[in-house]
Amino acid sequence: MTDRTDNAAPPTQTSAQIVAIAASADMAAFEALFKEFGPRIRAYLLKLTRDGQAAEDLMQETMLAIWRKAGQFDPERGQASAWIFTIARNIWIDAWRKQKRPAFDPDDPALVPPPEPEAPDLLEQKQSGAALHAALKTLPAEQVELIRLSFFDEDSHSTIAARLGLPIGTVKSRIRLAFGRLRAALEEMK
Amino acid sequence: MTIRHHLNDDLLLDYAAGRLSEGWSLAIACHLAMCPQCREQLALAEATAGAMLEELTPVEGPADSWETLKSRLAVTPEPAPRPVSRPASATLPEPLRSYLGGDLDAIKWRNLGNAKQVLIKTGDKTTQARLLCIAAGKPVPEHSHGGRELTVVLKGSFHDEVDRFGPGDIEDADGSLTHQPVADDHEDCICLAITDAPLKFSSRLLRLVQPMLGI
Repeated sequence: MTDRTDNAAPPTQTSAQIVAIAASADMAAFEALFKEFGPRIRAYLLKLTRDGQAAEDLMQETMLAIWRKAGQFDPERGQASAWIFTIARNIWIDAWRKQKRPAFDPDDPALVPPPEPEAPDLLEQKQSGAALHAALKTLPAEQVELIRLSFFDEDSHSTIAARLGLPIGTVKSRIRLAFGRLRAALEEMK
Repeated sequence: MTIRHHLNDDLLLDYAAGRLSEGWSLAIACHLAMCPQCREQLALAEATAGAMLEELTPVEGPADSWETLKSRLAVTPEPAPRPVSRPASATLPEPLRSYLGGDLDAIKWRNLGNAKQVLIKTGDKTTQARLLCIAAGKPVPEHSHGGRELTVVLKGSFHDEVDRFGPGDIEDADGSLTHQPVADDHEDCICLAITDAPLKFSSRLLRLVQPMLGI
């Protein structure tokens, strides 16, 4: 796998583009975002659908949703790339798999709040793109590949298991282990 | 309220990746609404997916991809933001209230002896979702599972052969577990249960009437 080529634009730039789209329907910002992320969203959806036309259509739907929902993006709450991922994922579930993905409502009165709300800068630090990319680099290549497969492969874990010639329980425990390593690497960086 | 039974990483990553069907996702979403710690873990999983999205090798599309998108933008009117009406307070979390069409006081229970239940309609044909209310201090009949059962406690608490489960706790049971959940004495226990196969009751009589009761 040679997926780790050039990285996308600095995350802060992407955040600023989404904020500009929300604030003033900034077409230049939207075009820049499209150039940067469109081909990557297409790559993600191609992995899930293995259908070039579907990947293109769903990428377009994702970009339209980014345009419409830009006002809901809160740069203090998380990474732009994470937000873009969740939009593309939800479009895939909704438009391709024709399913629903129930989610909690962050403004629900029944939502149980954190005991002490974390300072945004701490949250930012823990999940910053830079910290994550650095933490991923400390993991062995096979572990990074397993985490990638768990997000980006249309196959179920049982198909991944068959392809790797491993029992499904082993694949699952290796993915858990890899995610645990990533969590530990992030903790060490704090 | 301290949650002791959290999402395991299998469920967390499958939910983050979008692999779980609607029924299971409903249970995960209810646990997340009640568990700030797991919400943080979900954010971490999604941030990881985002970082990996940035590292994907770009795939170029048709030459007119941007022009097509721009023209669709022009003809797609801005959808009016849907007014979201939220009650000032609620017992059951979203997304469950939307599935039930209201909060706890709107539920039309069906009596099952020591327990009452209401079946929840979802678009997911592979699972059955139900809301259960076990009377304080009472057991539900001993059963095992033909498949998986996810149970999220919403109010009150119960204990079984595994442990005690209080508000927000999630129990992930597979076919190997035979248990008899008993509601704790102080109040009725309300929980959301998702199954992908009928429960297997130890009692022969219950097995006979099971189809009529819809359990």
